Amino acid sequence: MLESHKKLERNSILLLIFAVVAVSIGGIVEIVPLFRMQTTIEPVKGIRPLTPLELAGEDIYIREGCNVCHSQQIRPLRDEVQRYGHYSLAAESMYDHPFVWGSERTGPDLARVGGKYSNAWHVEHLTNPRSVVPESIMPNYDFLAKTYLQTWDLGDRMKVLRFEGVPYTKDDIANAQQDAALQTLPDEDASGLQARYGAKVVPQAFGGIPGTPTEMDALIAYLQQLGTQVDFTTYDPDFELHAAAAVEPKTVIK
Amino acid sequence: MSKKTKGNNSDPNVEVDPISGTETTGHDWDGLKELDTPAPRWWLTVWMITIVFAIGYWVVYPAWPSISGHTRGLFGWTQYTKLKAEQKEITDRQGAYLARFHSESFDQVRADPAVYEFARAGGAVVFKENCAACHGSGGEGRKGYPNLNDDDWLFGGKVDTIYHTIQVGSRSTDPDTHTTQMPKFGAILKRDEIQDVATYVLQLSHGTPANPGASWVRGQALFATNCVSCHGEGGVGNRDLGAPRLNDAIWLYGGRRADVVETITNARAGVMPTWKHRLSDDNQRMVALYVHSLGGGE
Repeated sequence: MLESHKKLERNSILLLIFAVVAVSIGGIVEIVPLFRMQTTIEPVKGIRPLTPLELAGEDIYIREGCNVCHSQQIRPLRDEVQRYGHYSLAAESMYDHPFVWGSERTGPDLARVGGKYSNAWHVEHLTNPRSVVPESIMPNYDFLAKTYLQTWDLGDRMKVLRFEGVPYTKDDIANAQQDAALQTLPDEDASGLQARYGAKVVPQAFGGIPGTPTEMDALIAYLQQLGTQVDFTTYDPDFELHAAAAVEPKTVIK
Repeated sequence: MSKKTKGNNSDPNVEVDPISGTETTGHDWDGLKELDTPAPRWWLTVWMITIVFAIGYWVVYPAWPSISGHTRGLFGWTQYTKLKAEQKEITDRQGAYLARFHSESFDQVRADPAVYEFARAGGAVVFKENCAACHGSGGEGRKGYPNLNDDDWLFGGKVDTIYHTIQVGSRSTDPDTHTTQMPKFGAILKRDEIQDVATYVLQLSHGTPANPGASWVRGQALFATNCVSCHGEGGVGNRDLGAPRLNDAIWLYGGRRADVVETITNARAGVMPTWKHRLSDDNQRMVALYVHSLGGGE
């Protein structure tokens, strides 16, 4: 075989043809599945794009490098499911650009941290983690509570995500700045916000001054929705087998 | 690779190094020539084996994408069925206890030492992961987060009541949650009146003073009109409402005058999440039994 390989090596046209064949096979194997990504996303109900305040929180999560120490992916392993809850679904990060799965757990996984602690606990914990978890080595993020959130460009950020395939509507984008403030106002009429993002989005005091969200408010709003969106009664682990025709989740831009 | 190297190469263009008997590449750098040593046979063999192994792997395990999903492999292996099998292994091992725990009431469990120990051990694990961040790893609590070792309960210290509180939480998103909310008396009473009420409340755990000061007397009257309806006569508290007992020395938000004044002025609204959907019912019952056993259970 090595002898006949010599023929390839010494005939440039032959070498070119075989090289193209080899590279094409490699390319097809690596690239074609990417076009079929949609079929790997579970058709579950409940997943929505982040509200403007939560989106700003995700940006702060990335800016502060939270994903360096905290993962957001519960693997289907017994001990992880026991500790953190249902394993993560692909659908849960389909609107993340970029995704923040992380690859290291210096701190615990946060994929289902939403609703696990109260807002007040998060304020205390972010301000000084050791006040609530004595053995924590997480840095203090107290400055987040002293910095007002930049909201004027939230609509622009949503436009970019819309370009990437997140189904934000024109209405969502136009109301971005107002919605961010509204989510921190528990006593105001939130029907618009809830019409856009669902009734599960409840305006509440995150710790800062209502109506003028701080960066900490945004981060807590983001953390409190993590892992809470999926309606698991609609999840079927064998969805590919059961409904080949109905697997396309709705990611069409409205 | 002896076959390839010495003597039997008919190609006249191939030069064989006379010392090693290996072909050269034919490249010449100022008289230095490069040997074209072939890859060792063992390496080549291992490489071939990996290719064969890969083909076997594609057949046995889910591998290739297809139009309607992907190939499933001979045995239909998925990480989800593996997870189920692993979980079943554990529940099977717990089986004898779990079945009894499942069917027994709280009272029956407490009368059944083996199952009670099993439940408490499970509850301790659940507590460490889910409750300790607020209530402390030993349930000792902190400012704003009740101590679970003492017998001062907001809503009651029976296992059933603890179980209910775990299920619905306090001011949580659950529709049945405890929603008691003290008014902000800063908008109702004057500043010096609040100070008087604080004087009275701080004295409650020490009994009626022998020589009551004017502030205490005024505070007593204000307490009677504003606070008694929830906190009860003499500050005994009301568990149906979740109004804390005030005539003991246990203070959820601190027992200094400044803390009490702050509480009266702005009220407090601690939040405990609902655990109904986060923990399995078995785990909720286990942790209720565990908390009940910490020292304050009724």
